Amino acid sequence: MNVELKNIHKRFGAVHANNGICMVMESGKIQGILGENGAGKSTLMKILSGYYHADEGEIRLDGRPIKIDSPSDAINHGIGMLHQDPLDFPPMTVLDNLIIGQVGGIFPKRKKVLGEFLELQQKFDFNLNPESYIDTLTVGERQQLEILRLLWLGARVLILDEPTTGISAAQKEKLFETLKILAGQGMTLIFVSHKLEDVEFLCDRIAVFRTGNLVGECEPPYQTDALVEMMFGRVVSLDEKKKLETSEVCFEFKQLSIEDYRLEIRGINLKIQRGEVIGLAGMEGSGQSQFIRTCAGLIRPVNGEVELGGKRITGKPYHHFMDLGIAYVPASRLEEGLIPGLSLTDHFVLAEKQNGFLINREKAQLLTSQRIKDFNIKGTPSSIVESLSGGNQQRTLLALLRTPVNLMLLEHPTRGLDIESSIWVWSKLKDRCKQGTGVLFISSDLEEILHYSERILVFFGGKVSAPLEAQHTTVDQLGQLIGGKGF
Amino acid sequence: MFKTGLNWVNLGFRGLAILLALVFATLVMVFSQAPPLEAYRHIIAGSVGTTVRITNVLVVWTPLIMATAGLLLTFTAGLWNIGIEGQITLGAIFSTWALRLLQYSDLPPALIMFAGVIAGALGGMIWASMVGLLKIFGNVNEIFGGLGLNFVATALTIWLIFGPWKRPGVGSMSGTEPFPTELWFPVFLDYRLSLWSLGMGVAAIILVYFLLKGTYFGLRLKAVGRNSRAAFLMGIPTTRYLMLSFLLCGALAGLAGATQVLGVYYRLIPAISSGYGFLGLLVAMLINYQVLWVAPVAFFFAALNIGSIQLPIVLKLDSTLSGVLQGALVLFVLIMEGVRRRLIRDR
Amino acid sequence: MEPQLIFIGLAGILGASAPIIFAVVGETITERAGVINLSLNGTILLTAMGGFAVAVTFDSLWLGFLAGAIIGALVALVVAFSSITLKQSQVAVGFILAMLGRDLAYFLGSPIMGLRGPRVPALPIPILVDIPIIGPIFFNQNLPTYVSFLLIVLAYFYIFKTRPGLMLQGIGERPATAYVRGANVNMRRYLYTIIGGALVGLAGPVFSLSVKAGWKGTISGLDGFGWIALAIVIFGGWNPIRAAFGVYLFGLLQWLGLVLQPSLPNIPSQVLQVAPFPLMILTLLLVNIGNAEWVDRFLASLPDATRHFLAKLLRSLRTSPPASLGVPFENE
Repeated sequence: MNVELKNIHKRFGAVHANNGICMVMESGKIQGILGENGAGKSTLMKILSGYYHADEGEIRLDGRPIKIDSPSDAINHGIGMLHQDPLDFPPMTVLDNLIIGQVGGIFPKRKKVLGEFLELQQKFDFNLNPESYIDTLTVGERQQLEILRLLWLGARVLILDEPTTGISAAQKEKLFETLKILAGQGMTLIFVSHKLEDVEFLCDRIAVFRTGNLVGECEPPYQTDALVEMMFGRVVSLDEKKKLETSEVCFEFKQLSIEDYRLEIRGINLKIQRGEVIGLAGMEGSGQSQFIRTCAGLIRPVNGEVELGGKRITGKPYHHFMDLGIAYVPASRLEEGLIPGLSLTDHFVLAEKQNGFLINREKAQLLTSQRIKDFNIKGTPSSIVESLSGGNQQRTLLALLRTPVNLMLLEHPTRGLDIESSIWVWSKLKDRCKQGTGVLFISSDLEEILHYSERILVFFGGKVSAPLEAQHTTVDQLGQLIGGKGF
Repeated sequence: MFKTGLNWVNLGFRGLAILLALVFATLVMVFSQAPPLEAYRHIIAGSVGTTVRITNVLVVWTPLIMATAGLLLTFTAGLWNIGIEGQITLGAIFSTWALRLLQYSDLPPALIMFAGVIAGALGGMIWASMVGLLKIFGNVNEIFGGLGLNFVATALTIWLIFGPWKRPGVGSMSGTEPFPTELWFPVFLDYRLSLWSLGMGVAAIILVYFLLKGTYFGLRLKAVGRNSRAAFLMGIPTTRYLMLSFLLCGALAGLAGATQVLGVYYRLIPAISSGYGFLGLLVAMLINYQVLWVAPVAFFFAALNIGSIQLPIVLKLDSTLSGVLQGALVLFVLIMEGVRRRLIRDR
Repeated sequence: MEPQLIFIGLAGILGASAPIIFAVVGETITERAGVINLSLNGTILLTAMGGFAVAVTFDSLWLGFLAGAIIGALVALVVAFSSITLKQSQVAVGFILAMLGRDLAYFLGSPIMGLRGPRVPALPIPILVDIPIIGPIFFNQNLPTYVSFLLIVLAYFYIFKTRPGLMLQGIGERPATAYVRGANVNMRRYLYTIIGGALVGLAGPVFSLSVKAGWKGTISGLDGFGWIALAIVIFGGWNPIRAAFGVYLFGLLQWLGLVLQPSLPNIPSQVLQVAPFPLMILTLLLVNIGNAEWVDRFLASLPDATRHFLAKLLRSLRTSPPASLGVPFENE
């Protein structure tokens, strides 16, 4: 079944997630969709699978325009989507998951379903136990189940959103075999990913997305450099970078291992110098977030040591880390960083050291006004934080940090900010560096990583690269590492 | 409910809610073949008709505002302290215990009563701390922990009244042996109201107002209640603050229990908490957790209670009519608030 | 104690527990869909009074039960509307209704206090009742009690063995997935809340028309059962059969209280009556402890092998509520 997208537009508030996308995907082919986080790939696929409605545009199947108003519409038309985190029911069994949502009588014919399931999974050499519970399965197995389910329901178009995140190499091989078989049977397969190697290996055609636009389409043989350039854009000329002055180590990690219910990170060794900036690069979910939270004291490592100024602080509670001058700024500003309903003044009162029992409102307001000026926050001392724009919320978060600070840990410090604000934020951060504060930051903006870091660590599926000297790394190299090449 | 400040739309919805509640209550009365207007008239007369009655309302008002004030602290922390009834009860129990211990000693009566008050606050605090511990370490939701402990408190009261603390002879539902009159809170003129209790009640409101508006404690508590994750990341020890809110609320609840013993019944009776804990929850919800409204709304609710007492006698109606009015009021305000938000959101 | 008395006692427990079975099964269904109906205590009192009132007025048991179901459904509708459509706090509206329901029951019920009304007749099943041991215990009951047995089985069967029942689980666990699979999540939540409410609504009349016939106001002894039912739903892990076990356990504790009374003269009867309540609620401690926050940090400090073992153990002991319980569903 050929799928054609004509002029698809989708906006979320001010963000133009899909800007006039036009594409054709042919049956019997595996179409690759490549792009960074926020490029618009997931949004487009969710439109195709009925989860979202497009603001404008048309979808055609085999030339006929169709309307997809809901996920069940999509399935009725034969379009099925495998979500990055497969949408299933964790505390239920494989067989039950299969049955739910299928149209039928009141009593599911379990034997029949079981038979069909076993037959189907044999074709792909899957090995799922129908009685096991979903939450005991690996991500790879959950994917397999979802693929089987969609096929069983009669899907002719299969969309796979970041399917190789979090599965083993063996499972990936099996997945690719499966996909090739399905393509051979005439299905239309859409493979959405940021992983260059996978996309290059598997796909018959690649479409590259960047910031909401379809920037290019390629056919094999693929040129990795060209793909990277399309994904990340041209590099802006870098300013002259000063070499780091001091070499005093302030923070050290020895053989750090972190376990999360999703991934494992093993054996990180890192020394951070005073005033050094280290950028953590990689696609979301690759482990940088867990790493930075461990640095903050929020997660306890299962192995290894964390040392500040030579003193062992592994396993100490988060507030202890805070007292030692380790400041953490979370990515989700309103969910984790700020308190809805409270004003700017309130926040500054909370952040400052307590002065007696009573709050001196006048002094607090003066302080807040000063901070507002210093940090150029568009708001008044009595503005409640949810009324501020994203950029101003970020400025507030930075303004709330105590001084002095030994190490600053920032998750996506300039996400959603315009250029001017971003530059301003970094100037403030650099000021701190001059005072000896180390900075660790996560970003999905390669330019930012390259420009501001002294060294860079790239994360991919829980693996960490050796620290790279930013001065000697190009966008290209960085992009490839992020895409998984070279690990 | 109220955002910052009043505006006509909010007022309109609020007024509509009150109207609907009245309509509902009236329908209930009509359905049960009771004369609505007469009932209202009796309630009003019965509560504020004479000075005596007003002072009786104040007698109910006093423990109610203490409980409500305490609840505002736990609500600010984001907690549903349904266990407040048990906390009031334990305050009464501890108070009684202190008095029993000291009543035959040589200490001046004022000191003994003071000890009784302190003991009451302590009892409430201890009981509340148990809800807190269950929640923090056992992950038992404070609603169920509180309920369970409410039941235990009731059982404890009954056991004391019929067991170790029973009146000479046989235990009876009328409670323990009343205390000697020197250990009764002095009343104001000829009324049943004690200015000491009243003073403590007012002090409770002022204290809570002060804590919530003017101190670091209050602001931090608010942060914990609104977004405990962000509060934690900002350095606030959230567990400690949750526990503190339980303890303070428990203390105020225990105080209410103490005033019931020392100022109203002069002994321990079953159901000494008189439902003031749950009523306080309703008041707190109705006023949208704003301290300044505790006094007037609690007065209104107390008036409804007192005003309905004589309904069984004069109109052969059950006095739970006050509860119907109170519940309906809070319900419709909650619903209208939801309607208002929904309509404004869809605009 | 003579075996005969024990049989009678056990049979009595089954009969006396019938109202709570209805309430617990009803609320289990509602909570499986993801909605908490905290009003149970008030609803049960209200429907006990209302069901009795209707039964007396029309001299019809059937109408009494029907009235109870309808009232229960209406209260549940208010809960559903407030929480699903208006997105107000489920705990708040449930609590208010618990208070209001109770006061309405006492107020509207005062004129009918002490009246004698119809009473459900005993209905021993011939032949089956003569089976030794099982007979007198299970088959010497009345119709509502038999229905309560059936209800447990039917509910279990529906939730776990039928297609719509599986979707019910899905709505409460992960509404996003249910939506993607074609279910109108909010409509189903309304439906199940109302059905659950109707079942809860039957609990009242089962009490006032069968277990302890009549409406006696505050002395009915019915106050508090609603809260217990809520706790038992949790204790039962949102599974009707396990919850029924909890109900009968509670009934057993109550019966023991009565039976042990003469041998414990120092303890007033009211204490033994009340004692089962906190005991049941405190059992929540057992089923919840694995979920506490400090546990994760503690686990991380353990050596690998111990950690993996304990983590597995805790996971199997936990009763987890439907993941989406109490959370309103919005897509896009």
